[in-house]
Amino acid sequence: MNKRIYIGLLCLTVVIALPFGTDAFLGRSWVRLLDFALLYTMLALGLNIVVGYAGLLDLGYVAFYAVGAYLYAMLASPHIGMHWPLWALLPMGALLAASFGAVLGAPTLGLRGDYLAIVTMGFGEIIRIFLRNLNITNGPAGIDLIDPIQIGNFSFGSSHSLLGWDLPSIYNYYFLFIVLTAFIVLVSYRLSDSRIGRAWAAIREDEIAAKSMGLNTRYLKLMAFAMGAAFGGISGVLFAGFQGFISPESFTMGESVMILCMVVLGGMGHLSGVIMGAILLAILPEAFRPLSQFQQITFGHVWLDPANLRMLMFALALIVVMILRPEGLWPSPVRRRELHQNDAMPASVQKEGP
Amino acid sequence: MNALHSPTHHLLVAKGIGKHFGGLSALDQVSLNIPSHSIYGLIGPNGAGKTTLFNVLTGIYRADEGEIHLNGVSLTHSSPNEICKQGIARTFQNIRLFGNMTAIENVMVGRHVRTHSGMLSAILRLPSQRREEQEMMAHAQGLLDFVGIGHHANQIARQLPYGDQRRLEIARALATQPKLLALDEPAAGMNDTETATLGRLLQKIKASGVTLLLIEHDVKLVMGLCDRVAVLEYGRLIAEGEPISVKNNPRVIAAYLGTEAA
Repeated sequence: MNKRIYIGLLCLTVVIALPFGTDAFLGRSWVRLLDFALLYTMLALGLNIVVGYAGLLDLGYVAFYAVGAYLYAMLASPHIGMHWPLWALLPMGALLAASFGAVLGAPTLGLRGDYLAIVTMGFGEIIRIFLRNLNITNGPAGIDLIDPIQIGNFSFGSSHSLLGWDLPSIYNYYFLFIVLTAFIVLVSYRLSDSRIGRAWAAIREDEIAAKSMGLNTRYLKLMAFAMGAAFGGISGVLFAGFQGFISPESFTMGESVMILCMVVLGGMGHLSGVIMGAILLAILPEAFRPLSQFQQITFGHVWLDPANLRMLMFALALIVVMILRPEGLWPSPVRRRELHQNDAMPASVQKEGP
Repeated sequence: MNALHSPTHHLLVAKGIGKHFGGLSALDQVSLNIPSHSIYGLIGPNGAGKTTLFNVLTGIYRADEGEIHLNGVSLTHSSPNEICKQGIARTFQNIRLFGNMTAIENVMVGRHVRTHSGMLSAILRLPSQRREEQEMMAHAQGLLDFVGIGHHANQIARQLPYGDQRRLEIARALATQPKLLALDEPAAGMNDTETATLGRLLQKIKASGVTLLLIEHDVKLVMGLCDRVAVLEYGRLIAEGEPISVKNNPRVIAAYLGTEAA
């Protein structure tokens, strides 16, 4: 028990010290990157409920991020002239996104695998195109001058001094995002280790058997969709307040794919793995930035734009990981077994297939 | 057998069940009356429609004709999960466990339908939810002990020996607290000793008040165990009754051995 307390304290210290260390050694832009990494972590954790726990492939997940972001942008900006507080908009964003999740889930319940992926992809695009073409969302121009997040009198958008240190707004957001990420981790963990979590796992393993054991698979899948979407909505609300400006271009399918990659690369269904995947993929592109300088110095010319190089490296990394470790970098034991099902199984136990 | 002299209560009543795949009649006017607290055998040559009938009774297929009642409640148009909730649980011919979960988790999934904790109570870890989890675990362990694999509780289902996987499937089905337990070839692939142990287990389940419906190829097991037997051939019921009379029914002998033997 003592050991766990020490480990907990150590983690807490690292989490608190991280932005200060990053700022001192790598510069302030990296702290901002940390903030984004946390937003992606929340998104990946939300998608993990749908893909990792319930085994439903969702390629339109970014739609729920958009729903949360636009909710905040419209109700907390001069756009309509409303300035609602975070404590109201955060749960509203979660609820609204969850109902969108249910709306998406309801007609797709009979679908699995590829078919579900196609329908969800379409859904994601529909939302983005709506946002682009509606007047109320200000079309492709998006919404700007969004209120910074404020709780009581504490505005996250301005710097505050603490013990003589001047902390800029990215620090405020960092700590806000850490708290909410911790909340989402806790909820995810408790769900996975419960009656509902076991039911999701059972559906993922064998849907017919799950139904025959009395599981209401329709309802359970809807709950997975809604729960995952709610986390997407929360991340969206935070994103809009943090960024101060949003447009439909922040919510493309590429973004959905990126979040899915985080989940798959890290290890579907495993919280530590998903968090690692999200942070890794959010930071990786920045890590390639010095490559442009490196090229300038060695060749006297930038041959490969790091932005392109980064996509190349990213794709390569994905391919390598998926070939060598299809279960992800840090998988849950159950997932590892699922993906190595046929490796070392006594012949007598092999199933005849579904 | 004395029960037959008093008016019998029928737990499951299936009337005129028909199921067609394209032009093929997999089931044609099949009627079954399964008495409470009995072991009811369903036999027939390969392809006779036994598993199809199972799938219809458990809602995986929908019957094209006929009606199904369990204790007077109509299940004709119910989905598999509703049917399970009403009290029919099943096992599968080619074992369908949740292979990568542990044995005890498999049984706890079976318990899902009789428990209630939802998402909110799981997120908040309410005392009621924690108590229910404890109860589920204890109950599941009890069932694993009951079928004789209690020592395997934390093993991965897929890695259990074949016979134990069959038992685990039975434990998982029992966790749903069925009135009728439908077993699709539970002795398939078992040797004589394992089959004998299984027979004793089925008797024990019957003694606990559960009615059993059994598809089985092992005629010795069926004849020794079942209170009544129905025989299917080409989707039709050709005989029904006590094992002795069915065994000596010329149509049954013909179905199993070919017409010349009759």
